[in-house]
Amino acid sequence: MDVTIVTGGQRGVRLIGAAQRSAADAPSAAAAPPQLVLSLALPDGSSLVPVVRIGEYVRLGQVVAWSPDCEGTPLHASVSGQVSAIELRDAIGMSVRMPAIVIDNDGRDERDPGLIPVADYTLRSAEELLARIEAGGIVGLGGAAFPTNLKLAPTPSTPVETLVINGVECEPGIQCDDMLMRYRAESMLFGAQVMLHIVGAGRCVIAIEADKPEAITATRTAVKAAGDARLSVAIVPTYYPAGGERQLIEFLFGTQVPAGGLPRDVGVVCQNVGTAAAIATLIRTGEPLISRLVTVTGLGVAFPRTLEVRLGTPLSHLIEECGGYTPDITRLIAGGMMMGVALPHDALAVAKTTHCVIAATAADLVPRGPAMPCIRCGDCAEACPSHLLPQELYRHAVEEDDAGLARFGITDCIECGCCDAVCPSQLPLVSVFGAARRQLQVNTVTTERRDLARQRFNAHTQRLAVEQAERQRRLKERRPAGRKDE
Amino acid sequence: MLLVLAMLVPAAAANVFWFGPGLPIQIVIASLSALLAESMMLALRREPLQPSLGDGSALVTAALLAFALPPLAPWWVAACGSAFAIVFAKHLFGGLGRNLFNPAMAGFALLLLTFPAEMSRWSMPIVVASHHLGFTDTLTTILTGVPPVAWDAISSATPLDAVHSGLKTGATLQEVLARTSTAHSASIWSSLGILLGGLGLLGLRIIRWPIPVSMLAAVVVSAGLLNAIDPGTYPGVLFHLTSGATLLGAFFIACDPVTTAASHRGRLWFGAGVGLLTVVIRSWTAYPDGIAFAVLIMNLFVPLLDRLTVPRIYGHAR
Repeated sequence: MDVTIVTGGQRGVRLIGAAQRSAADAPSAAAAPPQLVLSLALPDGSSLVPVVRIGEYVRLGQVVAWSPDCEGTPLHASVSGQVSAIELRDAIGMSVRMPAIVIDNDGRDERDPGLIPVADYTLRSAEELLARIEAGGIVGLGGAAFPTNLKLAPTPSTPVETLVINGVECEPGIQCDDMLMRYRAESMLFGAQVMLHIVGAGRCVIAIEADKPEAITATRTAVKAAGDARLSVAIVPTYYPAGGERQLIEFLFGTQVPAGGLPRDVGVVCQNVGTAAAIATLIRTGEPLISRLVTVTGLGVAFPRTLEVRLGTPLSHLIEECGGYTPDITRLIAGGMMMGVALPHDALAVAKTTHCVIAATAADLVPRGPAMPCIRCGDCAEACPSHLLPQELYRHAVEEDDAGLARFGITDCIECGCCDAVCPSQLPLVSVFGAARRQLQVNTVTTERRDLARQRFNAHTQRLAVEQAERQRRLKERRPAGRKDE
Repeated sequence: MLLVLAMLVPAAAANVFWFGPGLPIQIVIASLSALLAESMMLALRREPLQPSLGDGSALVTAALLAFALPPLAPWWVAACGSAFAIVFAKHLFGGLGRNLFNPAMAGFALLLLTFPAEMSRWSMPIVVASHHLGFTDTLTTILTGVPPVAWDAISSATPLDAVHSGLKTGATLQEVLARTSTAHSASIWSSLGILLGGLGLLGLRIIRWPIPVSMLAAVVVSAGLLNAIDPGTYPGVLFHLTSGATLLGAFFIACDPVTTAASHRGRLWFGAGVGLLTVVIRSWTAYPDGIAFAVLIMNLFVPLLDRLTVPRIYGHAR
């Protein structure tokens, strides 16, 4: 794979010759597995609380777990069957075992009778629709899985003028958004219209990367058919990470989202194409988020393709659906070629964040030589989409200098991996930055707690001293002056 | 790194054509000394010899230093300079990536100060020399320090040398330049060779445009200005560009990523500083060629440049 730094205004890298193209047929539904493992893990490391018991019979679309403090959206059963276990299981992206609900599929796909579509969404208020979206478990399907209802919730101080539907999918290898736009564009546009109604925006831009001509044609056809003047298609140049929310907004509108702020602060809300389609399904059929498009690719799988996969499907089953492993399989990766994480085994299950699985052989992987010292060539800084100085961040991370890390913007790092890809000394920059960020978070919390403890201790000591002085004073008053002490 | 060495071949070829086979011999001696010094320092620092020894950085330092030496300089000149560069200017600062000063230029500065005589015996272009030293003669001269004929017969001043000393004798610039025309032609051909290599480096994206462009622009502007003010004393732009190590500095020496500024803007300032200082040193100091000292002085400014040219992070106000 050839990596060159992008020039001419955008920041990032161009990845040539990267993608192992998976089959471009319309995504079919993968067969539901005999056993489903629904992880209760949330991206921030907390977990949902189960609302079913072991042995209970659950129906398709029934709520099986929820978040009491509303930090996460509810989780629904993707098949009908009996809950056979609620136990700790490995989860994709988690370094410790997290609680999971295991359901034995009875093959009947018996729907929960409580799933009711919305007849005419235009008659409903934004709050009502948002409650539906939350109850439907809809989260951002671009990989971050942020609760969609929270993202769309109105904020009177920052009105939304534009809705951006993000179909840029810049990481090579992943094709689920491409396939969705090719074959389900109408559904995506309907979801966009629902969201326009909710946020009260006047226009919607569907952003598509230039290297997806079929998706562009299909979307344009659907936009014309929809006859909605608010919808338009914007073509984004092919580079990585063009699809990063902040980078996309800068490209489309020329404004930068303020640091620590949200796209709303510049009047934009950005949603993935898959999220829009999921909302369409929810409104039209009442079905909550129980499946998603997943691309299975790589030279290590016999028939790479994109499938509609039930949440909770073990990856081993998914690979079987794609013809099984080829003999050269070396590694299983969840995610794309730039930001994917290597998996320890294939007993992990598809979650809301899983958009791609790469069964990689040695030919798929770029060999990495030993890390040499940083020669300060500056390529990393040139490639960084956040305009950071990775060479300085690396230096401060190695020296464990939190002040330096904060000063050079470690919290603004989106961990895209561009610096890593261009570094001639093959430094593992992204891993170092990821570790440094989390360590910085831990250190910050520790320092705050320590400062608080010290404050309380000082206050406590002071209070005791004041009480002691008071006691002494009262004692002196009781013994009048002049009387001798023993 | 090895591509950098490859890009030096056209310049080396031009040099050999005009001045005989001295340069390749110097390169070999400097390289051997550099590799030896590097191995010794890596062992002292208890680091594995590979991949550090094989990364080519010592060889590039040695090659650039060799280009800066007179082709017939005795072997200990190249050996000392190279060893000093590797030991003091590179490893004692922390090794690859951590040195403040350009090692080749630091080595050159040392040689200029400790072996002034040997460093000023530049060769006469072989087309005008009364004696043409073949390969064996050159080798013997370098290894023993004694040429088969008198030094006067085979050495002459470089164009920069000539201008520097010639002006002191009261001759006008035009007269001096007329006297060194052959040496100047040699310089021009060497410069073309370096330019070819430099453009190759740019094309292969091994170096980026800020430093060559800003440095050469600074040379053009400052030399042009001086020449316009007093053409009788200050040589013109083309002269400055093609003599001495201007182009070598612009494309090879000042572009050393370790010792230059980190950001794009910082590099523009760095290159401009090197160019300006080069012309200043050449015009008003005791040294005929200013590249080495210009680079070393700007190396000192790099931490300041880095601090002043931190790019604005996405989403931040400044």
